[in-house]
Amino acid sequence: MSTTMTHDDHHEEHPTGLSRWIFTTNHKDIGTLYLLFALLMFMVGGAMAMIIRLELFQPGLQFVDPQFFNSMTTMHALIMIFGAVMPAFVGLANWLVPMMIGAPDMALPRMNNWSFWILPFAFAMLLSTLLMEGGAPAGGWTLYPPLVLQTGNAFPFLIFSIHLMGISSIMGAINVIVTIVNMRAPGMTLMKMPLFVWTWLITAYLLIATMPVLAGAVTMLLTDRFFDTSFFDAAGGGDPVMFQHIFWFFGHPEVYILILPAFGIVSQIIPTFARKPLFGYSSMVYATSSIAFLSFIVWAHHMFTVGMPLTGELFFMYATMLIAVPTGVKVFNWVSTMWRGSMTFETPMLFAVGFVVMFTIGGFSGLMLAITPVDFQYHDTYFVVAHFHYVLVTGAVFAIMAAAYYWMPKWTGNMYNETLGKWHFWLSTIFVNVLFFPQHFLGLAGMPRRIPDYSLQFAEFNMISSIGGFAFGLTQLMFVYIVFQTIRGGEKATDQVWEGAEGLEWTLPSPPPYHSFSVAPEIK
Amino acid sequence: MSLTQGDYYVPHGTAWPIIGSIGLSTMLIGTANFLNGSGIGMTMMIAGLCITLFMIFGWFRTVINESEEGAYNSQVDRSFRWGMGWFIFSEVMFFAAFFGALFYARTLSGPWLGGADEVTNSLLWDGWEYAWPTNGPGNVGGHFERMAAWGLPAINTMLLLSSGVTITLAHWALKKQDRAKLVLWMLVTAALGALFLFFQVEEYMEAYQDMNLTLGSGVYGSTFFMLTGFHGLHVTIGTIMLLIIAFRCMKGHFTPDQHFGFEAVAWYWHFVDVVWLGLFIFVYIL
Amino acid sequence: MLVPTFKQKLASLAGLAALTGSSGAMAEYALNLMPGVTPLSQSAYDLHVLILWICFWIGMVVFGVIFYSVLAHRKSRGAVASQFHESTTMEIIWTVIPFIILIGMAIPATKTLVAMEDVSNSDLNIKVTGYQWKWGYDYLGEEVGFLSSLSTPLAQVTGEEPKGEHYLLEVDNPLVVPINKKVRLSITASDVIHSWWVPELGGKKDAIPGYINEMWFKAEKEGTYRGQCAELCGKDHGFMPIVVVAKNEADYQQWLSAQKTANDADAAAADREWSKSDLIARGETVYNSSCAACHQANGQGIPGAFPGLVGSALTTGPKNAHIDIVMNGKAGTAMAPFAAQLKDIDIAAVITYERNAWGNDVGDMIQPSEIKAAR
Ligand code: HEA
Ligand code: HEA
Ligand code: CUA
Ligand SMILES: [Cu+2]
Repeated sequence: MSTTMTHDDHHEEHPTGLSRWIFTTNHKDIGTLYLLFALLMFMVGGAMAMIIRLELFQPGLQFVDPQFFNSMTTMHALIMIFGAVMPAFVGLANWLVPMMIGAPDMALPRMNNWSFWILPFAFAMLLSTLLMEGGAPAGGWTLYPPLVLQTGNAFPFLIFSIHLMGISSIMGAINVIVTIVNMRAPGMTLMKMPLFVWTWLITAYLLIATMPVLAGAVTMLLTDRFFDTSFFDAAGGGDPVMFQHIFWFFGHPEVYILILPAFGIVSQIIPTFARKPLFGYSSMVYATSSIAFLSFIVWAHHMFTVGMPLTGELFFMYATMLIAVPTGVKVFNWVSTMWRGSMTFETPMLFAVGFVVMFTIGGFSGLMLAITPVDFQYHDTYFVVAHFHYVLVTGAVFAIMAAAYYWMPKWTGNMYNETLGKWHFWLSTIFVNVLFFPQHFLGLAGMPRRIPDYSLQFAEFNMISSIGGFAFGLTQLMFVYIVFQTIRGGEKATDQVWEGAEGLEWTLPSPPPYHSFSVAPEIK
Repeated sequence: MSLTQGDYYVPHGTAWPIIGSIGLSTMLIGTANFLNGSGIGMTMMIAGLCITLFMIFGWFRTVINESEEGAYNSQVDRSFRWGMGWFIFSEVMFFAAFFGALFYARTLSGPWLGGADEVTNSLLWDGWEYAWPTNGPGNVGGHFERMAAWGLPAINTMLLLSSGVTITLAHWALKKQDRAKLVLWMLVTAALGALFLFFQVEEYMEAYQDMNLTLGSGVYGSTFFMLTGFHGLHVTIGTIMLLIIAFRCMKGHFTPDQHFGFEAVAWYWHFVDVVWLGLFIFVYIL
Repeated sequence: MLVPTFKQKLASLAGLAALTGSSGAMAEYALNLMPGVTPLSQSAYDLHVLILWICFWIGMVVFGVIFYSVLAHRKSRGAVASQFHESTTMEIIWTVIPFIILIGMAIPATKTLVAMEDVSNSDLNIKVTGYQWKWGYDYLGEEVGFLSSLSTPLAQVTGEEPKGEHYLLEVDNPLVVPINKKVRLSITASDVIHSWWVPELGGKKDAIPGYINEMWFKAEKEGTYRGQCAELCGKDHGFMPIVVVAKNEADYQQWLSAQKTANDADAAAADREWSKSDLIARGETVYNSSCAACHQANGQGIPGAFPGLVGSALTTGPKNAHIDIVMNGKAGTAMAPFAAQLKDIDIAAVITYERNAWGNDVGDMIQPSEIKAAR
C-alpha cells in the first residue's frame, strides 16, 4: 500500500473566494466546511431546543401551540443528529484521517466534495417545511406511521431530505473506508492506526450498513402515503410496528455512529495529557468492534412496549445488557490510562474527562432502560430524554468540543484562548447537568416525552431544567466566539502543539500544508 | 485544471458535485410538489432530472478521460474497486429493507392478523384467515391473482442468468485482446438486459390489466411491486451502463490489465443478477 | 394526590436515599418511580431500585478512581508518568466482573417479565381503544362501553383560570375496575399509535391500529389512579389522560348496573323522534368532547391543519355528505370514522349542532333513526 508523493506547492494555484469552497476537492477545505456547517446546525437545532424549554418553563400553554411544539421536537432531533453531530464527525474524519495515516488526501476527492455539498440542500429542504401548509413534520424524529402520514405538504420534503442526507452519509462513509484501507503510509499497519481512525473505520461500516435501510423505510412511508401500498396498514396485511423494526434496525446502530468517533477522540486526547500511552490499545479495538456487532442485534429495546412475543423481549433485553461489557472495557481503559500518568488539564483534557464521567452516567441510565419490565415504566418518559442527552450532549457533543480545542491549533496555526476555553468547559458542565439531571426525576415521576404541557407536580423540575437549558445554550455562544477568535489569530502554535502529543498529524507544520503528506512519512 | 502528485492522482477543483446537488434537489423538490398536486412539480422534476443526467455523464466523461490519459495508477484503481464494492454493499442493504418487510409480513404480521394472535383476530378481524399471498383482512384493492413463477418470471431468470455468462465471455475476450468478440458479447449482454425489461413491462401490464394485481393490492402487491420495481430500475441503469461500456470498447478503451470501468459494471450486473435470484425464490416461487 | 412543595423535593433530592424510595412515599412522589398498587408495579419498582443501586455503586468506584487520579496524578504535583500500557489480566477481570453483575440483574428481570406477560385466567376483560385524542373502554361480555376524554377546561390550559389540583390528569368518564381482581386489557387504536399508561398500575402498552396488545393489572388498594397517553399521537398527545378508579366489589357492581340502565336509556332515545333544540343541546356537548380539539369550539378549525366548519361547503351543503364524513371519516387525515365511537343519537345530535351553530343556519335536523339507517 505504498504511496510516494513528489509535489511542490507553488506549481498549483489555489482558487480563492467562494469558488474555492464550492469546487474544492481538498480534504482540509471540505473538513472545514463540514465543521462550520455542523456548528451552524447546532445553533439552529439548539435554538429549537430553546423554544421547547421555553414552552416547558411552566405548566400551561404559553408560547407555541401543541402542533408547532411537536414540530420543534421533531426538527430539533433531526437537525442535531443529521445536521450537527454526524457532519461534525465527518468533518473531523476529513481533517484528521489523511493526516493520521500519512495520506496526501482522501481517496476519492471529488466524491468527498459531493458528500458535503448535498447537505446544505438537504437541510434547506428540511427547514423550508417550517413555512409549509400544515406545518413542519411533527411526528417525532422516529417518524412512526400512521401518525407521520398525517403530516401536511411537508411530508414528501421530509422524506426526500432524509434520502439526501442518506446519500451524503453513505458517500462520506465509503470515502473514509477506502481512504483507511487503501491510503495508509508504508508501515502504518492496522494495529498501528490511531484509535480515532479505528473507530471511524467501524463507524463508516455501520453507516453503509444502516443508512440504506433508513432510506428503504422512508421510501415505504412515501409509497404508503402516495401510492396506496400497505406496508404499515393492518387492513392490507401490513403492520405499523414493522416500520419501527426497520427504523430501529437503522436507529440503534445510528446511536453508536453518534458515539464511536467520540470514543476515538477521547482515546486520542487522554493519553496526550496523561503523557502516557493509551492503556489496552488492542482491547479498545476489540471492544469497539464488539459494540458495533452487538448494535445490530439490540434494536428492539426501543420497542419493548409494542407487544413483542416474550422470547423476543427477553432476547433483546439480554443482548442490550451485554453492550455494557465492551463499553465498560473502554471506560476502564481510559481510567487506567489516566492512572499514574502525569496529567495537565488544558481544555481538551477537561472535556475528555467530563466525557468519561457523564457518558458513563448516560450509559447507566441506558442499562436501566434495557431492563424490559422496568422499561415498561421508563419508556417514552423524560427518563429516556435524560438518558440520551447524557450520551449525546455530554457524550458526543462534549467529545466534539474536546476535539475542536485539541486540533484547532493544528488546523489554524493559532492557539485558542485557554482561559475562555476553561470557562466554556466549566459553565457547560455545570449547566448541562442542571439542564438534564432533573429530567431523570421528571421521567421517574411519570412525565411523558413529547408533551407541550404537563400536570403540576412536574412544574419545579421543568423550571430548573429550562433555566439550565438557557444557561447552557448561552454558554455555547462562548464556543462560537472562541472558534472564530482562534481562526482570526492568536499566539502561534508549534508543530507538536501539546507536550505529550503523539502521532503523524503532529509532525506536520501548524497549519499543515495544502496536501498533507506529499511524501509518505516513515512509520517506526 | 487538475494535477498529478507523484503517483496518487488528486483532482483539483470540480464543478460536477455542486451541479449534481442542484440537479438532485431540483428533481426532488419538483417531485414533492408534484406529489402535493402543485402545478410546477412535473416541470421541475424533469428539469432536475436533466441536470442530474448531465452531471452524471459529465462527471464520468471527466473520469474516463483522465483514465485514458493514464492519470490513474494502480492505487487509484484500488480506491475505485473498494469504492464500488462498498457502494454495491449499500445497495444490498437497501434491498434488504424490502426483503425484510416481505419476511415480516409473511411470517409475523400476516399470521398474527390471521389468528396466530387469537385476540387480534377475534376482536378486530373476526373470521379472517391468513394465506399468502394476501391483501389483508381489509381485502385492500379487491380480489387479485398471484403472479405465477413459471411464466415470464422464469424466462426472465434464464435471460439474466445467461447475461451473467455472456458478460464473463466478454471479460475473457477483453483479457485476450479480442475486440470483436468483446464488443459482440457486450452487446448481447445489454440486449438480454433490454429483453428482460421488455418482459417485465409485459408482466406489469398483465398484472394491472388482467389480474387486478396492483401496488394497492395489500401487502402482497406492495412488496411485489416495490421489490421487482426497484430491481427493474437497477436493471435499467445496468443496461445503460453496459451499452456505454460496449461503446467504449468500440472506441478501443480498456487494456487487458487496466479495465476497472468494465469490471465495475460487471460487478454491478452480477449484483442485479443475484438480487433477482432472491426475488425469484422469495417473491415468485415460495 | 398531594403535590409536595419544592422544598420537600430538594430535601429529598439531597441524599440519594430519596431516590431509592426509602424516604416517605409522598415526598418522593415527584422524584422517583412509584411503587404503585399492584404486585407487578411493586416488583418493577424493586427491580428499578436494585439496578439503580448497582449502577450507583459501580459509578462510585469508577468515578472515585477517576477523581483520585485527577487529584493525585497531575503534573503540577510533580507526578511522573509511568509507561505501563497493557495488562491482559486486568482486561479479563473487568470483562468478567461486569458480565457476572449483569447476569445478577437479568435473573430477577426475567422472572418479573414472565409474570407480566401472563394474561391468562383473568376475572375481567376490557377492550381499550385509543383515539385522537381520547380513550374508549368496552367491558367485554357486559354491554357497557364509553369514551373517556380530558375534562380540564381550556381556560386552565391557557391560563385564564387557575389550574386545578388534577390539571391535565382528569377525565369525564374514568375507567372503573374492582380491586383484587385480575383485570385484563385488550388494547388497540383506531387512528394512530397511542400508549396506555397508568404508572401506579405498572407499565404501559402501545395501542396499535389493527392489532390487539394485552396487559393486566390487579389493583390492591381502592383509589383513583392517573396516567397519560405515552406515545406521540399528534397535536393533543399531551391532553389525553387516563383515570382509573378502583372500587370494592359492591360499589363496582353498583356502578356497572348504573351504566347499563344509562345505556338502555340511550338505546330508547335513539328510537324516538327528537326535537331540534334537544338535538342541538346534546350536540354541543358531544361536539366539545369529540370535535372541538381539531375544529375548535368556535368551529373555525386551524387553517392549514384542520378545516373550519363555519359556512363550509360540508356543514351547509347536503346533509348526506355531512353524515357520511362524520360516520366514515376522511382517509389519510385526522378525521376519524365516528360511527365506531359515537352512538346514533350522539352522531345525529352533533351533525344537527354543526349545521345550526356559529351562524350556520341550514335549519334542517338529523334524527338518530337516519343514522341507524346509514349504518
Ligand atoms: C450516543 C448515543 C447513545 C448511546 C451511546 C446509547 C447507549 C445505550 N443505550 Fe440508548 N438511546 C439513545 C442514544 C444512545 N444510547 C437515544 C437517542 C435513545 C432514544 C431514541 C428515541 O426514542 O428518540 C436511546 C434510547 C435507549 C433505549 C430505549 C428506551 C425507551 O425508549 O424505552 C434503551 C433501552 O434499552 C437504551 C439503552 C442503551 C444502552 C444499554 C446503552 C449502552 O451502550 C450503554 C453502555 C455504557 C455503560 C453501561 C456505562 C459504562 C460501563 C461500565 C462502567 C461498566 C460496568 C457497568 C455495568 C456492568 C452496569 N437506549
Ligand atoms: C445530538 C443530538 C442532540 C443534542 C445535541 C440535543 C441538545 C439539546 N436538547 Fe435535545 N433531543 C434530541 C437530540 C439532541 N438534543 C433527540 C434525538 C430528541 C428526541 C426527539 C423526539 O422525541 O422525537 C431530543 C429531544 C429533546 C427534548 C424533549 C422534547 C420532547 O420530548 O418534547 C428536550 C427538552 O428539553 C431537548 C432539549 C435539548 C437541549 C436544551 C439541548 C441543548 O444541549 C442545546 C444547546 C445548544 C444551543 C442552545 C444552541 C446554541 C445557542 C444559541 C443558538 C443561541 C440562542 C440561545 C439562547 C437564546 C439561550 N431535546
Ligand atoms: Cu394518544 Cu399520545
Ligand atoms: Cu438503542
